[in-house]
Amino acid sequence: MAGRTRLLLVLTAAIVTVGIAAAVGYRAFETEKAPAGSTVASLGIGGPINLVAASGARFTSADLEGKPHAIFFGFTHCPNVCPTTLSDLTLDLDDLGPLADRLKVLFVSVDPERDTPQIMKDYLSAFDPRIIGLTGTPTEIAAIAKDYHVFYEKVPTADGDYTMNHTAGVYLMNAKGEFTGTISFEEERDVQIAKLKRLANG
Amino acid sequence: MFGSLVSLRRAALGLAALALLSISAETASAHDFKAGAITIDHPWSRATPPGASVGGGYLTITNDGDTPDRLVSATISAADRAEIHEMAVKDGVMTMRPVPDGVAVPAHGSVTFSPGGYHLMFVKLAKPLVKGEKIAGTLTFEKAGTVAVEFDVDAIGATPKEDHSGHGGNAMPGMNMSQ
Repeated sequence: MAGRTRLLLVLTAAIVTVGIAAAVGYRAFETEKAPAGSTVASLGIGGPINLVAASGARFTSADLEGKPHAIFFGFTHCPNVCPTTLSDLTLDLDDLGPLADRLKVLFVSVDPERDTPQIMKDYLSAFDPRIIGLTGTPTEIAAIAKDYHVFYEKVPTADGDYTMNHTAGVYLMNAKGEFTGTISFEEERDVQIAKLKRLANG
Repeated sequence: MFGSLVSLRRAALGLAALALLSISAETASAHDFKAGAITIDHPWSRATPPGASVGGGYLTITNDGDTPDRLVSATISAADRAEIHEMAVKDGVMTMRPVPDGVAVPAHGSVTFSPGGYHLMFVKLAKPLVKGEKIAGTLTFEKAGTVAVEFDVDAIGATPKEDHSGHGGNAMPGMNMSQ
């Protein structure tokens, strides 16, 4: 009977869908469970840090105090990705509570020509004071961008001005300075917090 | 019998009145601007951190007419100029592209300017944009001409609203409205 065939089809479709969902869910869960840094650290992302903090002082890897770090590359003339990410990180740090003190959060300018330490300082005053703003000479920025596999380029706009294309997303680095994963742009906040918690707990 | 009919009529009238009320409430809170066949719904922006030189402008343009139109330029009182840009995140890289020829608005169609796509970029802000402010600007269309609008400034990390009521007082910095 047509009705029965249809019912059977619907049932089969439902079972297949549930099966696929379960498989995908299990896979996602397995990925989540993977110990930080065990499989992806070999990508060679990361390197020594030697830049200028918003305070004007040098900031090097030693200033990480052996803690894991979350590092994000952007620029202050950035209308969307950078303020949104910094705003998210501000809320994330708040939600982490005392755990937040077990990691460092860095914001590195890919526009060192315009982003002086003072501009970085003013800009970051709108966000969590634990976010460390870093800039440097164009050569220093090129070096750290290469180490972190970060892409950036100038895009000319009207009147000889420019904006930047750049890698979005936050890189998560463990206490040994090894890459363990990323927080992608506009990822759900509870996922961001879970990732940062895992990073902080090392 | 008659009584129940009367009360039914009363109930219907009451419902109609309620519906009217909710319509007028909707109109009162809406944040629309019109020029010919073009309607601009809820122009908004985000507060900017101190010293930031740029801001973004977001809105929805609807064309109720039978002919396509095109947003060709914009101005903003709070900055030197407003440019039309398109942003995209591709393979983890944020890319920004000026759109000097403007954006087409198809006949009986609409275009949304949002933080993740087409947007207005306010260049050389005179001062930071502050949440709660209204910023005057203009949008110029090829056919509908120039229309004056006001951008509502929302929080730094505010996300686009699902509804069109236009008053985003509930958005917190970084709040993800999709949750």
